[in-house]
Amino acid sequence: MTNKNSGFSVKAVVATGIGAAVFFVLMKFIAIPTGVPNTTINVAEGWLALIAGLFGPVVGLLVGFIGHTLNDAVTYGSPWWSWVIADAIFGLLLGLGKKYLALEYGDLSTKKLIQFNIWQAISNVIVWFVIAPIGDILIYKEAAQKVFLQGGVTAVVNTISVAIIGSLLLVAYVKSRPKKSSLRSE
Amino acid sequence: MVAPLIDFQHVTFKYHAQAEATLHDISFQIYPGEKVLIAGASGSGKTTLLRLLNGLIPQAYAGDITGKLELNGKNIIDQTLFDLSLQAGTVLQDSDAQFVGLTVAEDVAFALENDHQPVDKIKSKVAKWASRFGLGERLDLAPQMLSGGQKQRTAMAGVLVDDGKLLLFDEPLASLDPAAGNVAMTMINRLQVERDLTVVIIEHRIEEVLRADVDRIIVMADGKIVANDTPTTIIQSGILPENGLDEPLFVQLLRKANVDVATLANVADVNSVDVQAYKQVIEDLKTPVIKQVKKNKKLVIKDLVFNYDDKHPIFNGLSTAIYQGEILGIVGKNGSGKTTLSHLLTGFLTPESGDILLDGQSLLSQSIKERADNIGYVLQNPNHMITKSTVYDEVASGLVLREVDAQEIETRTRKVLKLVDLDSMRHWPISALSFGQKKRLTIAAVLVLDPQVLILDEPTAGQDATHTSELLNFLKEINKTANTTIIIITHDMHLLANFVSRALVIVDGTLLADTTPSELLANATLVEAASLRTTSIYQLASRLNIDQPEMLNAAIVHHSTTI
Amino acid sequence: MNNLFGYKQRDTWLNRATGTAKLIGFLTLTTIGMISYDTRFLIVLSLLSVLLMKTAKIQYQEYALMLKFVLFFAIINLVMITILAPQYGVRLYGTNHVLFGSGYWTITEEQLFYEFNLLIKYFFSLPLAIILLFTTNPSEFAAGLNKIGVPYKIAYAFAITLRYIPDVQSDYRTISLAQQARGYEISKKASILARSRGAVQIIMPLVFTSLNRIDTISQAMELRRFGREKQRSWYQEQVFSRLDILIIVGSIIVGFLGITLLFVNNGRLYNPFK
Ligand SMILES: Nc1ncnc2c1ncn2[C@@H]1O[C@H](COP(=O)(O)OP(=O)(O)OP(=O)(O)O)[C@@H](O)[C@H]1O
Ligand SMILES: Nc1ncnc2c1ncn2[C@@H]1O[C@H](COP(=O)(O)OP(=O)(O)OP(=O)(O)O)[C@@H](O)[C@H]1O
Ligand SMILES: [Mg+2]
Ligand SMILES: [Mg+2]
Repeated sequence: MTNKNSGFSVKAVVATGIGAAVFFVLMKFIAIPTGVPNTTINVAEGWLALIAGLFGPVVGLLVGFIGHTLNDAVTYGSPWWSWVIADAIFGLLLGLGKKYLALEYGDLSTKKLIQFNIWQAISNVIVWFVIAPIGDILIYKEAAQKVFLQGGVTAVVNTISVAIIGSLLLVAYVKSRPKKSSLRSE
Repeated sequence: MVAPLIDFQHVTFKYHAQAEATLHDISFQIYPGEKVLIAGASGSGKTTLLRLLNGLIPQAYAGDITGKLELNGKNIIDQTLFDLSLQAGTVLQDSDAQFVGLTVAEDVAFALENDHQPVDKIKSKVAKWASRFGLGERLDLAPQMLSGGQKQRTAMAGVLVDDGKLLLFDEPLASLDPAAGNVAMTMINRLQVERDLTVVIIEHRIEEVLRADVDRIIVMADGKIVANDTPTTIIQSGILPENGLDEPLFVQLLRKANVDVATLANVADVNSVDVQAYKQVIEDLKTPVIKQVKKNKKLVIKDLVFNYDDKHPIFNGLSTAIYQGEILGIVGKNGSGKTTLSHLLTGFLTPESGDILLDGQSLLSQSIKERADNIGYVLQNPNHMITKSTVYDEVASGLVLREVDAQEIETRTRKVLKLVDLDSMRHWPISALSFGQKKRLTIAAVLVLDPQVLILDEPTAGQDATHTSELLNFLKEINKTANTTIIIITHDMHLLANFVSRALVIVDGTLLADTTPSELLANATLVEAASLRTTSIYQLASRLNIDQPEMLNAAIVHHSTTI
Repeated sequence: MNNLFGYKQRDTWLNRATGTAKLIGFLTLTTIGMISYDTRFLIVLSLLSVLLMKTAKIQYQEYALMLKFVLFFAIINLVMITILAPQYGVRLYGTNHVLFGSGYWTITEEQLFYEFNLLIKYFFSLPLAIILLFTTNPSEFAAGLNKIGVPYKIAYAFAITLRYIPDVQSDYRTISLAQQARGYEISKKASILARSRGAVQIIMPLVFTSLNRIDTISQAMELRRFGREKQRSWYQEQVFSRLDILIIVGSIIVGFLGITLLFVNNGRLYNPFK
């Protein structure tokens, strides 16, 4: 809101930092069981969808990038770049919806929510079924059969995760925002 | 005459989301070198006023402003936050948000780094300010390893590295133990004299701020300034209690003794107020301290051992009992293990050895949820408890989970909401509440469940006198009618002196004393060891050579909790 | 100090080197290691990183967990490749030396060699990452990133992430406990549906507290003039010593070697079968 003279506002800096911290914690420590063994809902992607929707594509990109890099670094030692890039682009794609969703003030109609979900599903497919596997093949020379299978499964799981967690978060957020001149004591 | 540093003329402000203005027609001046206290009930607009001073309104909070606002003769609205920050340093209420550096040194250096100053210059400045604030040894520590008081001092150092002449504090004492609070106030005093600072402090703990010689008090109520004068005049006029604020305890005592406070010279300062003539009437007030004797042990703590890590043991064999129907206070300096103890009682943490019994049954095998059916717990930080987006839903959620029928949920929820004075805001989103309002909300959400044992961690932090006494009266009532056992963890000496029937003093994980509050406050060595401070009643008594000051205290207790 | 990554003060030359130099070294070596499929080069690189790790005096217990994770990850991946693409090695190397099996399940030398390369690749960067994480004071990362050209606002965003991860973690813990005390059962006793619902009840407050944090922290930072200047200085900025130059030059030499091999091999693969 403030500091309009330079492109990246202080709030965007902080949103990136905190966004990535929360993304990291959610990715590393939190799993919601689905009932299918060894499959959990990926809460971190839902958070990424919210933060990107609120703060736009650049913040979305950086949150995905920093959050995923740190998680990989702490878990496996070094980042698996193709997937880091995929997550960053996912944040970017969802951030493009910021203007349209207008979460800050607007109320979220069912129509917008459906469109959000269509967009996130498309983004998930682009990112996990196209970008990540191609990255795996180009960077790591992995076998196509394997990486497309992995990517496909991830795309489905993440789409479902964002559909549940992301939608819940968006609705709760909009509900928590008071409308202009709406608060009075009764 | 000197030009005012701050000049507000007919300022009115409405938050974007509010239907009504929050501040109405505010006019006041603050002159260079003054120390001003802003007092007012919770939600009266103090923080909002501060945001107007440092530029956060309108730059971070949108809304409609009218009137004239000047700092150093220049319009505040026209200046950027950066320009303003060079003139006024702000210490926010939330020390975890204020502390942005990875270590103490980096946080103190933060403003200088942003000014792109040379590193060696930054280092020498940081070293200087850190050692002045007693942080020299701790430069490399992360915020997670500091006590509340140390964080507070880091925040102050980080603002003082600038040469700004105006300092703004939003509730600097809220989470400090009384001794650390005193140190902070002394520090503010000294700096003010040395550097000719102007200081504006928002605080509910008026008694403690007054000890540090403020020049002026501005009293706010419902977004208006209702008084703006010297402490003496303010107290003489009796305007504090009229606006739901606590007067210093010795003033309450003088009023009780029918001393004509309105004409008494120096009445704001317990050390110089002229009261020799009233020694007799004061002494006559003495009321015997009623010692409640409770017999049934409700909670028994046996040889409790607990450590977060090997290096810093917390409890090494703690044993005590808490009796059915008593009101117990737990006090002790910052970082002593008070919150840790309540986490052990509620099952948030598991002891290494030892046992905790409720009505003779061990609690250790029960899950957190099972324990919560008997023990209600209100956490120190309200944000950790709030799950719903509106006030009403938040309080109702515990009942919904317990499958109470809808009609009853409605009546019980509304009843509790009225009690904590939030019923009129029940449809508001929680993001629009002030800190004190949030804290009351979390208390309501636990009260509505009617627990047998109630643990409250710092329930009065950020609360004004009216809301505190309404809450305490209610606690007293459930304590009497339902025999609820109440455990209060607090740094608030008023609360300790006037409400609690038994006090446990915990310092560095050991039980230093198990006594009545009156005896505790009368015992100077114990008071010091526990980082507490006596109240002004004890100071007055010692000036007048009245022995057994606890009996004077008892006179007030009656007065302040049964209205 | 901030112990998320197991940084400790150790008295070794790698500890004394600046974060910037180690960051450059890490990025150069892992990038070339990622690109190259020259087995000889990868083996040398792996040995070199293990050797470096030894000189950094890092104990096995400190990284045992990471090692196990990588092992698990590697096994899963290799098994998947064997099942899904058993002939991939043949395609890559262009020859076919059958070891055993038949039809779809023919196992070739090429396939084993390819998977061996992959295995090295999964592991070679672990020691390097461990060195970087365990010997660099987290406070130096941000300054280091800024120094190698990352804009300072982004570098500081990274510093904020490191600063607040412990806070977010402890928030998460406390919120989870507070919600259980309110009546949400998330222990193994409850049904899957109840547990999921409980988990959502923890995420909501975590999200809202964090969004609040964004507001208050950005206010606190603006009140101390973050973002005013085009540049900012860093308290933790370290002056380059000869050691740092040596580290950077050393890793660039290794990098060059890798690049040269790309030309020598006519591509990324080293092919022993031709
Ligand atoms: N961001 C906001 N948007 C809308 N209303 C707000 C906002 N912040 C505060 N208010 C409202 O303005 C009023 C005054 O709030 P303020 O925080 O100034 O009170 P306060 O005197 O500082 O109270 P406390 O002692 O509890 O901190 C409150 O009723 C609150 O609901
Ligand atoms: N999760 C944790 N991990 C490690 N140490 C901790 C943790 N929580 C608290 N501590 C340490 O344990 C000690 C006791 O902390 P506790 O929060 O119980 O103190 P307290 O008496 O409630 O203090 P305050 O009055 O400031 O609220 C402190 O030294 C603190 O630094
Ligand atoms: Mg306030
Ligand atoms: Mg505590």
